[in-house]
Amino acid sequence: MPGAPYYPMQREARCPFAPAPAVRDMPPLGRVRIWDGSEPWFITRHADQRALLNDPRLSIDEKRPGYPHMTRSRAAMAPHIPELITNTDPPQHTRLRRTVNAPFLVKRVELLRPRIQEILDSLIDDLLAGPKPADLVQTIGLPVPTLVITRILGAPYEDHEFFQAASHRAISHDTDPEDAARSSRELGEYLGALLVKRMAEPADDVLSEMGARVKAGEMTHAEAVTMGAAILIAGHETSASMISLGTLALLHNPGQLALLRDNSDDPKFVAGAVEELLRYLTIVHSGIRRIAIEDIELHGTTIRAGDGVVFDLAGANYDPAEYPEPDRLDLTRRARSHHAFGFGPHQCLGQSLARVELQVAYSTLYRRIPTLALAVPFEEVPFAMDGVAYGLKSLPVTW
Amino acid sequence: MRIEFDERKCVAAGQCVMAAPDVFDQRDVDGVAIVLDREPGPEHHDAVRDAAAACPAAAIRLVQA
Repeated sequence: MPGAPYYPMQREARCPFAPAPAVRDMPPLGRVRIWDGSEPWFITRHADQRALLNDPRLSIDEKRPGYPHMTRSRAAMAPHIPELITNTDPPQHTRLRRTVNAPFLVKRVELLRPRIQEILDSLIDDLLAGPKPADLVQTIGLPVPTLVITRILGAPYEDHEFFQAASHRAISHDTDPEDAARSSRELGEYLGALLVKRMAEPADDVLSEMGARVKAGEMTHAEAVTMGAAILIAGHETSASMISLGTLALLHNPGQLALLRDNSDDPKFVAGAVEELLRYLTIVHSGIRRIAIEDIELHGTTIRAGDGVVFDLAGANYDPAEYPEPDRLDLTRRARSHHAFGFGPHQCLGQSLARVELQVAYSTLYRRIPTLALAVPFEEVPFAMDGVAYGLKSLPVTW
Repeated sequence: MRIEFDERKCVAAGQCVMAAPDVFDQRDVDGVAIVLDREPGPEHHDAVRDAAAACPAAAIRLVQA
């Protein structure tokens, strides 16, 4: 009998947006083999993910033996990470998450929309004034979330290159554990210094807000720093990838691009288009991980206490039972129930911010540059598949 | 339709506010959902169903009156 397939799996070069064919061939309750040779359960169906990601018999406590870690470096770091929203279960998780939610409230991020629009318009001005072809990843994709997140955290923009490099090294599958740990430590030291500064001179930003909670004894200094680093990393490459990959997907589907351009001034249409692109691209492609703390019956099989469980989000977002013809990009589809941000209590903290960034980006870019086109054949666009989320190394465009 | 909301489960993802802004809001201090209208009129029912389905923590339950 052949062993379980290796995970994360390779996508097919001809349809790089769709999940790897092996993901879709898996039975509802399958097994995969991960980097340490262990074989956690593998869940790909939308309905199963919805049920299990809210099941208290599954834990996100990565300190438990047998937890199916994402990478070797994550496994090495896990015992040293303080208790955070990313490694605790309710009710402790609920308490911690409530200390960091405020900046990401729907109404708070809505207030940022005009500023994000300004950022985008100014980046597009620069792009149009510069040479062509240009790389959309460097000129628009990366700077948008960098500018937004440094502003939210209260970090000076001059430090954005350090942020980008250190956060990439901290999470990439290619980084050895020592490098990843060093990068995390550098980010921590930087944010720790900034936190102290903001505690002395508060401003209107997240570090100042967390600083006030540290002073009030609601949060420790270490928790605030680790949370700041998590916000920085999580909000960075993900949004950048969505902007660049979304553009590539739309250039590859000119009918849908035209539809979006023609409806750029309809916020409802744009919001729906963002949900469909989130579903279609599902950039987080290394699976979200849990460990069973009690036996769970599923499809006639028992997941035993202590077993690891991996959820492939793209599997759920391409589940034909939930999304008919999942390979078709259809911006008019009702895609709101997608799992691109995960599901359950750990669903993405920054999702409202990501939505606003993407709504502004997708409604502005193609309206302002209606002749936007690829400067190389589609097959030559270099994908970056090695991270927790996939993206593009560059996106050469002209207009 | 009556909305039953379990505040202990709420993780303040904000999905309900986006789906049904006339019926849900978020507490400023921690983002926990606030139900503005526990028995919303029929014009809000579709949006409220979307909100309940989108809630990642399954904190919203709808009871047919």
